[in-house]
Amino acid sequence: MEKVMVKGTEAIGEAAIRAGCRHFFGYPITPQSELPEYMAKRLPEVDGVFLQTESEVATVNMLYGAACTGKRVMTSTSSPGFSLMMEGVSYMACAKLPAVFVNVVRGGPGLGDIQPAQGDYWQATKGGGHGDYRLIVLAPSTVQEAVDLTVLAFDLADKYRTPALILADGLLGQMMEPVEFPEFRDLSTLPDHSDWALIGAKGREPHIVTSFDIDPYKLEKMNLELVEIYKKIEENEVRWEEYKTEDAEIIITAFGTIGRIAKSVVDMARKDGIKVGLFRPITVWPFPYKPLEELANKVDMFFDVEMNMGQMLEDVKLAVKDKRPIKFYSRMGGVVPTPTEILNALKEEIRR
Amino acid sequence: MKKVLYKMPESLTGKEFTYCPGCYHGIIHRLVAEVIDELGIREKTLVVSPIGCSVFAYQFFNMDGTIAPHGRAPAVATGMKRARPDLYVFTYQGDGDLAAIGTAEIMHAANRGEKITTIFVNNAIYGMTGGQMAPTTLLGMKSTTTPYGRKAENDGYPMHMCEFLKEAKGVAYLARTKVNTPQDVEKTKKAIKKAFLAQVKGLGFGMVEVLSTCPTNWGIDPISAGKWLEENMVPEYPLGIFVDKVGDEE
Repeated sequence: MEKVMVKGTEAIGEAAIRAGCRHFFGYPITPQSELPEYMAKRLPEVDGVFLQTESEVATVNMLYGAACTGKRVMTSTSSPGFSLMMEGVSYMACAKLPAVFVNVVRGGPGLGDIQPAQGDYWQATKGGGHGDYRLIVLAPSTVQEAVDLTVLAFDLADKYRTPALILADGLLGQMMEPVEFPEFRDLSTLPDHSDWALIGAKGREPHIVTSFDIDPYKLEKMNLELVEIYKKIEENEVRWEEYKTEDAEIIITAFGTIGRIAKSVVDMARKDGIKVGLFRPITVWPFPYKPLEELANKVDMFFDVEMNMGQMLEDVKLAVKDKRPIKFYSRMGGVVPTPTEILNALKEEIRR
Repeated sequence: MKKVLYKMPESLTGKEFTYCPGCYHGIIHRLVAEVIDELGIREKTLVVSPIGCSVFAYQFFNMDGTIAPHGRAPAVATGMKRARPDLYVFTYQGDGDLAAIGTAEIMHAANRGEKITTIFVNNAIYGMTGGQMAPTTLLGMKSTTTPYGRKAENDGYPMHMCEFLKEAKGVAYLARTKVNTPQDVEKTKKAIKKAFLAQVKGLGFGMVEVLSTCPTNWGIDPISAGKWLEENMVPEYPLGIFVDKVGDEE
């Protein structure tokens, strides 16, 4: 299939449509407004529904309602907008509603700025909303990967009846790259949710979709059902990329955009005779603890690089378990480090 | 010859209501169910239950349904209706739900002319959380958070949702009624039917605000509550039909 030059945000939108998504609800926020704009133009062409909502709070609840009917649904936003959606995400996770969220992360906390950052890692992987729940969180590092992971996000959301999140950032959203799109999914082949979806109680008992039970024993049962789902996801859906790790003495750990920059750092370091490899989680939940731990048995040191204050660093530490030293380099507030800056920081750590 | 004069509507499950004695939720539930039965749309209707005393509405209505987060029922219903325009969707909301935390969602759903139906039960107080002030609490009225009576200078004025919403061009039917007399029950049923017909005919948003009682949190007996509603709520919240684009009932 032919490759086309596409902007990250628009590529995610097109991938969603090809994955069978026909319902998009969203509210503009920089740096991802091109995604709702793309959907506003594109969805009517495929008999889909685009609705610009009055707020992110309304957005997530429209998503909730549309997902209740068993359709593939999606929204996109950026950090402050995703914070506003958190209540609804918690409701959807508990109500076992499949949906795809895209968070094109910007500088934070608070209003922050509109430049790329990774400060929403904790919110994405450890909660954000209230209660015990998890999201499948996929962190692409190229526009092509964003396309592939968007399709995967819909399939995983449907398979496990849970919301999935594409955790991108402003850089990935705004950059243009050549992309190969998948074929259009035949809507008639999408998963049949008629066993639970709200589609009218004709000739059967009513279907009830809720995140609620006043009886604590019944609610605990609902919680335990979620635990079972999350266990299955952890068993089956861990994804990561390794680059030049076979003979590496130092492993850079990085996700998303910075994972891509780190790849250049690996090549530059090797030219300087330093044996560096890259470990890039693709699912940041479930986090690839085991494969990272296996690397800890073989290498001398880890160098975690992030555009936040060290949020994934905690998961890296959980995986490496004090077996090897872990150094950390970060930039924040929307500053994207250059490969040279990262390499210099790495050399500094080696000298110590 | 035997003739059935009165039976459980098919749109109710028959599960015993959990509401306090003298609360009008039971009457209003039944009216909604009778209307859905009469329109023959039960198998194509989705109920969006609220937060608050009527959180269990999904257990009483015999149809597919969910519970929306506090105030967000119109957004949830919008998502449902946009995804399945062939189905009928209604929200059932109290005053705390619709006139406080959910003001934005109801205003925008109405203004978009969302083809959904809203049953708005106004009893001028927060019920389930134990009698705190609602946006609809009357001036001078005591609640657990207005122990000296609601004062405009501190708490603002009672919210008149019908009066706000009547200006929204997407509204196809809008009425305020009460159910404390048999005649009012009949009028309310007609209004609810029209609010659903606004949806069935694809005309736009339909809402009926029903003035209701809360003997438990008002601290009076059910008979006095009906009287109190008549004497205090009706002057503040005038009854009437604010918008009617449905026309004569078929």
